[in-house]
Amino acid sequence: MSKFAKKKDGEVPAVSTASLPDIVFMLLFFFMTVTVMKDSSLKVENVLPNASEVKKLEKKDRVIYIYVGKPTREYEKTFGTEPKIQLNDKFASPSEVGDYILMERAKKPQEIQNVLTTALKVDKNANMGLISDIKQELRKVNALKVNYTTYEGDAFNNLQ
Amino acid sequence: MARRAGAPEVSAGSMADIAFLLLIFFLVTTTIETDAGLDRMLPPMEPPTEAPPIIKQKNIFTVNINRNGQLLVEEEILSIDKLREKAIAFLDNGGAPSGSPDYCSYCKGKRLAESSDNPTKAIISLKNDRETKYSTYITVQNELVGAYNELRNREAKRLFGKDYVDMEAEYLNPETEDSVKEELKEKVQRIQGLFPQKLSEAETSSE
Repeated sequence: MSKFAKKKDGEVPAVSTASLPDIVFMLLFFFMTVTVMKDSSLKVENVLPNASEVKKLEKKDRVIYIYVGKPTREYEKTFGTEPKIQLNDKFASPSEVGDYILMERAKKPQEIQNVLTTALKVDKNANMGLISDIKQELRKVNALKVNYTTYEGDAFNNLQ
Repeated sequence: MARRAGAPEVSAGSMADIAFLLLIFFLVTTTIETDAGLDRMLPPMEPPTEAPPIIKQKNIFTVNINRNGQLLVEEEILSIDKLREKAIAFLDNGGAPSGSPDYCSYCKGKRLAESSDNPTKAIISLKNDRETKYSTYITVQNELVGAYNELRNREAKRLFGKDYVDMEAEYLNPETEDSVKEELKEKVQRIQGLFPQKLSEAETSSE
């Protein structure tokens, strides 16, 4: 019994801080690996529709993104409320899509230039007219592989 | 037993190991969010001189979406939740009589003479208005892709005892080993050959 009583005599030892750097580095590494760098800030509303038969977009370096949607509140005054196309960081007209694709394609390494996918991130309230114009432009520059980016979910939710 | 003076210092030597263990755990378990969506191929710009191939009317399944999101399928108004069923019936029809070169041995449809001859001949033609909402369009696309996937799953189950969708996902996954990929490629292509996705999108009507 005395064995246990004796221990209480001494002072509470200070918690060792030797491992603090480890913990901090661990957190650092964790966040470093998980964060994805955002290369363009969204200037359009971008609530994607739902779909159930989706395929994952693997290999991020082979994807070119095109955003479509209504300009967000702060750009509403200058650009109106009609859905717009956003390429990189600025608004664009449908006729600029072709040039943008060609430019992006030229930036990629030679061997993957033929296997690029164009991801269309379109707000669910956009009209098909604009999408058709984009598709037409994509056909002109022979960027035929497209991916309508969606959330995974029941497609019938879109109709409400 | 020797008595120690005061409480002993907690050994911190293994703390680093624990930290690394956690680090590795998180590294392995977190998946960086990947985008997902419906893959489509756009038709290439056709040379203007070439005459379009002649396709029998019965092999075309027309889907029209108007500006209010209503569907006109094969000249009849149809609600969107019936679309998948109707598309499957059309694709799986196999109307060519046995003995003809187009005869479809794996079709389980009604074999109506006025519907498609063979899944490899069947074409779904999708047309939409400029005012159609994107979300409606995606729902229709989703249903049509779903119809193909359902039929492909059925054949994949029959031939290989596995879902086509799973096989394709495994094939496209970059982590799959090359030897497995090679084997899957053949199977995936065979199923795709049985039910090729022929989804044509006409240019939008502007009225």
